[in-house]
Amino acid sequence: MTTQAFLQVLASGILIGLIYALIAVGLSLIFGLMDVVNFAHGEFLMLAMYAMFGLVFVTAIDPVLLMPIVVGVMFVVGVAAYAGVIRFAMRAKANPGMVQIFATFGLALVIQGLAQYFFTPDYRNIGNSWLGGKTLNLGGVYLPWPQIYGGVISLLAFGGLYLLITRTDFGKALEATREDQGAVALVGIDRNRVFALGWGLGAALVGLSGAVLAVFYYIYPQVGGPFALIAYVTVALGGFGSIFGALVAGLIVGVVEALTALILPPALKSVGVYSLYLAVLFVRPSGLFGRL
Amino acid sequence: MSEIAVAAPNNSFVASRRRQLVIALIVFAAIALIPRAVSDVYTMNVLILTLLFAALSQSWNILGGYCGQVSLGHALYFGIGAYATSILFVKFGIVAWGGMLAGGVLSALVALALGYPCFRLKGHYFSIATIVIAEIGLLLVHNWDYGGAALGIQWPFNPDSWWTLQFARDKVPYFYFVLGLFAVTWLVTYAIVESRWGYWWRAVKDDPDAAESLGVTVFNSKMGAAAISAFFTAIGGGFYAAFVSYIDPESVMHFRFSLLMALPAVLGGVGSLWGPAVGALILIPMAELTRSYLGGTGSGLDLVIYGLLVMVVSLTQPEGIMGIFKRSAKKADAKVEA
Repeated sequence: MTTQAFLQVLASGILIGLIYALIAVGLSLIFGLMDVVNFAHGEFLMLAMYAMFGLVFVTAIDPVLLMPIVVGVMFVVGVAAYAGVIRFAMRAKANPGMVQIFATFGLALVIQGLAQYFFTPDYRNIGNSWLGGKTLNLGGVYLPWPQIYGGVISLLAFGGLYLLITRTDFGKALEATREDQGAVALVGIDRNRVFALGWGLGAALVGLSGAVLAVFYYIYPQVGGPFALIAYVTVALGGFGSIFGALVAGLIVGVVEALTALILPPALKSVGVYSLYLAVLFVRPSGLFGRL
Repeated sequence: MSEIAVAAPNNSFVASRRRQLVIALIVFAAIALIPRAVSDVYTMNVLILTLLFAALSQSWNILGGYCGQVSLGHALYFGIGAYATSILFVKFGIVAWGGMLAGGVLSALVALALGYPCFRLKGHYFSIATIVIAEIGLLLVHNWDYGGAALGIQWPFNPDSWWTLQFARDKVPYFYFVLGLFAVTWLVTYAIVESRWGYWWRAVKDDPDAAESLGVTVFNSKMGAAAISAFFTAIGGGFYAAFVSYIDPESVMHFRFSLLMALPAVLGGVGSLWGPAVGALILIPMAELTRSYLGGTGSGLDLVIYGLLVMVVSLTQPEGIMGIFKRSAKKADAKVEA
């Protein structure tokens, strides 16, 4: 294989890896905050993609400009999911783990059903946009603009998230709540409010990835499933709750997936990622950067 | 004095165990009478699926409910059973009875091999690993030419017979087979939960570290539960293959099946003897009915209703529907004491 072909695979892997990281970080954030795995995470992504599709369809404005609206909508969806479902799941006296899994799984089915009801099971895509179908030629390495855009957005989002957590009062409240849920009440932090905002932030981040993905990927009611599985693998690989871990693991997943596609038939491209994940987990049961 | 004090609860324990067994036998006998009243093929299919998922969920419950290891990858064992049974029958002419047994044993061995690394993982790490392993299995079967790859395996049509376990028109024999499977899984669970193993499992579920310090070999307990659970799940998979006469990777190994096996136990009541059956009795007919009345057009309303049901039950009844009975029984006891 030529160096150029290898660079091509590597670059594609890094770009998709950045998007995987962005999909995963919301899941990891919520888990770190309150030990809840959201089994509707893939459906949040799907919802964001449909939101983008619907907005473009109605307004005919470019997806790049509509992105903040989708992110805002998803923030509200996240807060609503917390207030309407998760808050009650946290109160379960018995089997809390299973209640959370199946309450969020039920939510996933409802969202999927609604998407199918309003948008039909048909595959949609956003045909015309500024970036759609354009590629950048970097010395023989071809990079599609939508993916470059996604990668840049992802890096900016991670930067912003880092600043939010380390520099703002909300970030401090977030960190304090994850350290000790009981003690924060003593210093006047409303735990419920932090959780609700945490869910909003988590959903907004996955909403951002959906807004990016919608530019170059098909949109259908089950689109969330495969991405959610990648996100779970990414989060477990990086370590539940670790934001830096999600970024590193996302990149690893993207690159390994791209490299596997060179060796194995394309249908088996995920096998490489899954095997790597299992291998890492058996050596480090709490992931690369996880605390257990 | 002290002898009586010890003997009394022991007697009542034996009596309540015996009462449980008698009730179960009466329930099985009553279910066995249903085909006399039902002649409609659609209803019969729904009943067969309900009993099948009661049996599958009962098997899941052994590992997930009693031992507390929440597996979301049981579709792997279901698929191994379905594929072993189909391949042995279609390619080697070995009847389904042998195929199911072989699938069950193979599945138990796979569970042991996977348990060795996986049981070191805790909580969500364990659950997600089981999803991923089952997904690898699905991908491999998808690309497995000998096993029919994406096209799957079609069973040849033969005359109705219990020997080949093929019945083209009359589905009632399947009903009796799957009732038998459910009864066996129930009885196995019944026998184990009050044995040494049953106590170990609950100890492992409640607090593995404390259990270990009290001399429970946590790792071996988990392995035992996984093997038994996988064995019966695979038999259910083998039965399903015979029942539908056609399997492909998506129809027996999809992630959906892993959830469908866990759901009845979770909604009915994890770690309870009747929880999986009660859950299956509500979920399966509900899913079939909403699908035939609302889902036919692909509108998705069936998913919405099903999802709402799952959400509401798991939020309002964290102990499952059996929890209601347990609570009312406790209240009754409290009244008697007062």
